[in-house]
Amino acid sequence: MIDPVPALQARRLCAAYHQQTVLEDITLSLPQGQWTAIVGPNGAGKSSLLNLVIGSLAPLRGELRILGKSPASQRRAGNIAYMAQQEHMEWDFPISVRDTVLTGRYGLMRHDPLWQRLVPRHWANPSHRQAVEAALEAVDMADYAARPIGALSGGQKKRVMLARALAQQARILLLDEPLAGVDPPSEALILATLERERSAGRTVIMVTHDMPSARVHADNVLLINRTLVGMGTPDEMLSDAMLARLAVGAPEARHGGTRVAA
Amino acid sequence: MSQLEPFALGVIDALTALLMMAVNLLPENLAAPFEYRFMQRALLTSVLVGAICGLLSCYVVLKRWSLLGDAISHAVLPGVAVAYLLGWPFFIGAFVTGALTSLGIGAIERHTRIKSDAAMGLMFTAAFALGIVIISKIATSTHLMHILFGNVLGVKTSALLLTLLASLVALLAIWLAYRPLLLYTFDPQQAQALGFNTGAIHYGLIMLLTLTIVASLETVGIILVVAMLITPGATAHLLTDRFTTMLAISVAVGVTSAVVGLMLSVSLDVASGGTIVLVASSLFLVALLAAPRHGLVARHWRRWRLNAQA
Ligand SMILES: Nc1ncnc2c1ncn2[C@@H]1O[C@H](COP(=O)(O)OP(=O)(O)OP(=O)(O)O)[C@@H](O)[C@H]1O
Ligand SMILES: [Mg+2]
Repeated sequence: MIDPVPALQARRLCAAYHQQTVLEDITLSLPQGQWTAIVGPNGAGKSSLLNLVIGSLAPLRGELRILGKSPASQRRAGNIAYMAQQEHMEWDFPISVRDTVLTGRYGLMRHDPLWQRLVPRHWANPSHRQAVEAALEAVDMADYAARPIGALSGGQKKRVMLARALAQQARILLLDEPLAGVDPPSEALILATLERERSAGRTVIMVTHDMPSARVHADNVLLINRTLVGMGTPDEMLSDAMLARLAVGAPEARHGGTRVAA
Repeated sequence: MSQLEPFALGVIDALTALLMMAVNLLPENLAAPFEYRFMQRALLTSVLVGAICGLLSCYVVLKRWSLLGDAISHAVLPGVAVAYLLGWPFFIGAFVTGALTSLGIGAIERHTRIKSDAAMGLMFTAAFALGIVIISKIATSTHLMHILFGNVLGVKTSALLLTLLASLVALLAIWLAYRPLLLYTFDPQQAQALGFNTGAIHYGLIMLLTLTIVASLETVGIILVVAMLITPGATAHLLTDRFTTMLAISVAVGVTSAVVGLMLSVSLDVASGGTIVLVASSLFLVALLAAPRHGLVARHWRRWRLNAQA
């Protein structure tokens, strides 16, 4: 069942914002169909790693492959669904919750026949509609589908953003702290949904600060603090010793030290 | 081009005939001025300008590009002046300097620590000043007034053709790229993650904006065009929570203000560009007061009812 092509593969990957290095010498390989939790302190570069995949940050050196190809081509193929930690969107935008989730399908709509792209969406491919409704159900936001997106609470917005990523039905789900600010019942619901996604063969890559849920659900844990501190099963990586190592990685790494390897 | 011209003139005649059918439904004293050819041209230009400004203004308002619109419209002036010097059609010069300025703003913003609003203010005032200096040397002040404030009654057939072409291009581009444009306006990061070429969308939208501004030059002029790029969209934003409805309302507001403004300016014998903008502003004021959900009256009514219940 396991596909030999890794979902994400990095070789000696480095990234920087204006001369300031935020990721250094990351070499790793994440198999398809598994759930990986990325763990690390604030400012460790977790979001930056995802930004490299979605193309809003360009690597300084090194190589990044998604499903064996360049991230750009996989984005265009619709294989990457992304949920940001902080949305930079216009919440005042005149758009309903349902249509917001539908924007997750816009990448796939490029592969529809031309006429479907030019007509109103009710006449277009019904599979988009079904995916949107299913995703709204999965985060328990179906009752809010007709509301304007700006009329939701912070946690509800997060759930809608997750629904948008789910609606894409992509092979890889990149989620940046999807559980932050979400109430416990919704968290349980979201985790159950992600379990279903994984059993459907999708790859879940999730940044999180929530150790208990990572212990229960993740297949792999990636410890990052500017460099790769460790990678392995949750039991190995979330031990007190490893977490202590992860924490001390921070100040030295920030000051340009070159220590810490897995 | 020479073969296209009779065709384009035919399209203009057909559109004019359509408009005149509507005009003839009006009372005699309102319809009378439109017997004249130049009035018919003015009416058709106004309708087209109102429509494309209405379309684009939704993007301008939602993307917070009001200042950028203002910048591009001012930056058009040196282009008009240089084109006048060289004997080129004015819209070529206008488009070139408008586009160059928006590129310059982007470059300053990206490569220096100057923020975008300062970059815009810097570029457009410099360009505008250059335009004023050149024009003061070569043209009369009436001419300058017409460029700055529009002269819809003096619209030539060539300018009408340009406006028609710009309208078609804008309409087609927004229809074909509806989803990428919507997503880019709403959430650029997601557009990037879904593999859209956000750079191309960004500059494409700026080019459309420049085209719209150039096409509106003769109707409302450089100074006032930005009003037509903000007011219809802002009005529509108050009235609806759906994007397609917003586009429709915005176009309606743009066309209504252009047509009503033109008629008022003729019957009162006042400046047409200013009248058009005043009508648009009045429509905005009405929406601000009376919009069903976001209007001031509705808001106070809701608060009053809540207090009454408590
Ligand atoms: N747009 C940016 N420009 C400059 N520096 C940035 C930018 N975004 C992040 N950084 C820096 O890069 C480093 C890594 O940031 P990143 O957002 O990847 O951290 P993170 O691991 O996601 O942290 P958190 O847990 O707080 O989300 C930080 O030191 C931050 O200051
Ligand atoms: Mg982060």
